[in-house]
Amino acid sequence: MIDKQVKTTADAVAGVRDGSTVLVAGFGAVGVPDILLDALHEQGARELTIVANNSGNGDYGLARLINSGRVRKVICSFPRSGDYSAFLNAYRAKSLELELLPQGTISERMRCHAAGLGGFFSPVSAGTKLGEGKETREIDGRLHVFEKPLKGDVALIKANKADRWGNLTYIKSARNFNPVMAMAADLTVAEVDTMVELGELDPEAVVTPSVFVDRVVVVGAHP
Amino acid sequence: MTAKPYSPLTREQMAWRAAQDLREGDYVNLGIGIPTLAASFVPAGREVIFHSENGILGMGPRPEPGKEDPYMVDAGKNKTTLVPGGCFVHHADSFLIIRGGHLDVSLLGAFEVSEAGDLANWTTEDPAFPPGVGGAMDLAVGARAIRIIMEHTGKNGEPRILKRCSYPLTAAKCVKRIYTNLAVVDVTPQGLFVIEMIPGMTLDKLQALTEPKLQLAPDWQALAPPAAPETRAA
Repeated sequence: MIDKQVKTTADAVAGVRDGSTVLVAGFGAVGVPDILLDALHEQGARELTIVANNSGNGDYGLARLINSGRVRKVICSFPRSGDYSAFLNAYRAKSLELELLPQGTISERMRCHAAGLGGFFSPVSAGTKLGEGKETREIDGRLHVFEKPLKGDVALIKANKADRWGNLTYIKSARNFNPVMAMAADLTVAEVDTMVELGELDPEAVVTPSVFVDRVVVVGAHP
Repeated sequence: MTAKPYSPLTREQMAWRAAQDLREGDYVNLGIGIPTLAASFVPAGREVIFHSENGILGMGPRPEPGKEDPYMVDAGKNKTTLVPGGCFVHHADSFLIIRGGHLDVSLLGAFEVSEAGDLANWTTEDPAFPPGVGGAMDLAVGARAIRIIMEHTGKNGEPRILKRCSYPLTAAKCVKRIYTNLAVVDVTPQGLFVIEMIPGMTLDKLQALTEPKLQLAPDWQALAPPAAPETRAA
């Protein structure tokens, strides 16, 4: 019998290696797998590359990993969000590297990896500072830059309901980066509010199909 | 110093003016700041569908106090609502909507706009802070019409409509219309055309506050929003 549910958050993040690229879902404080991030902190992996939209808040979740010196690099679109003092201090101390990408380029690079493609040409950032150094091509008279696929070793996901196969649903705007990150990593781990019986999720309403999910841990409902 | 013989528009009046150009059935993304206010000034009876980059299609007004939903935030991370008919998409689809030309209008703030329609709105290169770009470049490249709402001049009265942008570009040649607190200016291949000016403003006075050459549209009109535009639930 397939059962992707693990008992503890420690089990959920077991085996994450030093130097991993970790996809961290969420937008602002919504849909962020903070409990898995705290479990990753306990687990102890170092030299992490984090892919996220923002850069963490306060001293929990991603910010806590940064404060503990576990993060080597952040790939994000908008680090300046909320109380991002953990990131700001590390950025000013030059103890971590920032790779700034347009928001849609982050999500599409992950989708591209998930789709098994070798990259794509995008007009976004062409001719700007963020497009510097990238291969360019003019397509139908418009300048494009080449973007490579972006793969996670691990994706940390926050969802609402899961079944034992790993089918997932989300709540409202907490969906955000979760589905695309779930598709784009070797190991996809979801913290969820509740488990439901197999067959209980409306098959028309499953947002992340089980094929993308490896581990599920129940953490209870919290936004 | 004598008082100016004209009254620049308030933020609400600028947002009101931009909202008048949104058409029935338009899919529209509103940037953070003054553009967000435009949702409240869409004329009654006109259905406009608002998109938020974090995956909301059919975004409604701010929630009433006490009715905030922790799972509902807008691009600025403020609490928001969904209108009937609204739905959610994930981030890759949300930016497919933006990048793929599926939005009719993107209303954005700006630091500077050039006479060619170049837009600078993502970084002032302040070395003390990390840069952030968010969805600005995606929006500037992808929406069918890029319209800007900004104060006509900077804090020290310096022009923000320039021959060339001094800050790093968000995207080149993308802006079609600029709503300022003094005028409405269209960016065309033939140059900048003033289509509206506030009462008391003249082309000469406006030109003095604008770096590139302005031309007055033959059918230009007065820019005269209501003193305190009436808001309605978006």
